Amino acid sequence: MDVKDIIKEENLVYKKSAIITDNTMHYCPGCTHGTVHKVVAEVIEEMGIQDKTIGVSPVGCSVLAYNYLDIDWQQAAHGRAPAVATAINRLYPEKYVFAYQGDGDLASIGCAEIIHACNRGENITVIFINNAIYGMTGGQMAPTTLEGMKTATTPYGRDVKLAGYPLKITELIAQLPGTCLVTRESAESAVAVRKLKKMIRKAFENTGKKKGTSFIEVVSTCNSGWKLSPVESNTWMKENMFPFYPLGTMKDI
Amino acid sequence: MAKIRGAVVVDKERCKGCNVCVVTCPTNTLSLAREVNSKGYNFAYMENPEACIGCANCAVVCPDSVITVYKVKLQDA
Ligand SMILES: Cc1ncc(C[n+]2csc(CCOP(=O)(O)OP(=O)(O)O)c2C)c(N)n1
Ligand code: SF4
Ligand code: SF4
Ligand SMILES: [Mg+2]
Repeated sequence: MDVKDIIKEENLVYKKSAIITDNTMHYCPGCTHGTVHKVVAEVIEEMGIQDKTIGVSPVGCSVLAYNYLDIDWQQAAHGRAPAVATAINRLYPEKYVFAYQGDGDLASIGCAEIIHACNRGENITVIFINNAIYGMTGGQMAPTTLEGMKTATTPYGRDVKLAGYPLKITELIAQLPGTCLVTRESAESAVAVRKLKKMIRKAFENTGKKKGTSFIEVVSTCNSGWKLSPVESNTWMKENMFPFYPLGTMKDI
Repeated sequence: MAKIRGAVVVDKERCKGCNVCVVTCPTNTLSLAREVNSKGYNFAYMENPEACIGCANCAVVCPDSVITVYKVKLQDA
């Protein structure tokens, strides 16, 4: 059978979500941000909540997320996405409000905001892209940078005596009574992406049921910051990030 | 026995040549082209189109959502 006989509308099994706009993403080739955007878009489309969803984008590489998903958005000051999401959720309690944040945004400058939003049990979903680095500003150390990991500001590797230990903020958040779902996922393989999608769907459903805060960490890569190719970054992530940030669900009530 | 045939269409102008789809494909259907698109990226294409089973793994992992997947089930004559 000829390829052109296979490529027909009636044989379609996968196409880009209609929620993903036609704007070319500014992300580096292979960046996890794009993959996670796509999964969020597919969940919104499948749940039929495009006109009820409000995203809050962070400061970091995903600051421009509002260009890529055709939903309502608000961009927040650095680390303040959970506070902005709190306000939006309280004004529009029937909407599906989510904060999308990097590890610098969420675990460094915004550490207080995320802890308190989760502790208040704000009825929002949080998507936390942990690439263990400040991608946007050129690859500086983040709170989540691994011990010994080389970055622009730790050229000899993170020294925990000087810079403290990598912060497992998701484990901390799982302790807070306001959270209903706390899980750590990844997006480097088709199996991982499909699992991530199930968890993001569950998080949005929790928001619909007003169950409190759903928190999804995605262990991610920043191949530019890590100075590896996209494929090498995935391998490095599996070998180095997964042992310290083990995948799995910490809380689901 | 029924045989599965698949095919993918890569939006080559939007592909960034990250290679993630190529290594994910379980049947080695895909490769990066030697030519580049207008942005200078070696875009992905079906080097072995007969091998594709339409599993969509490539499209699922593509960060830029540039792959569309088709699949047919063929009955042996
Ligand atoms: C108040 C303030 N402080 C510092 C910065 C500089 N800055 C921009 S992005 C960023 C870190 C982003 O890292 P992360 O949240 O991990 O996002 P990534 O780019 O890795 O996805 C910093 C420190 C800023 N924009 N505003
Ligand atoms: S710098 Fe890192 S996080 Fe930012 S777009 Fe590039 S790969 Fe992604
Ligand atoms: S995963 Fe997407 S962007 Fe990357 S090479 Fe394949 S088709 Fe191109
Ligand atoms: Mg980061």
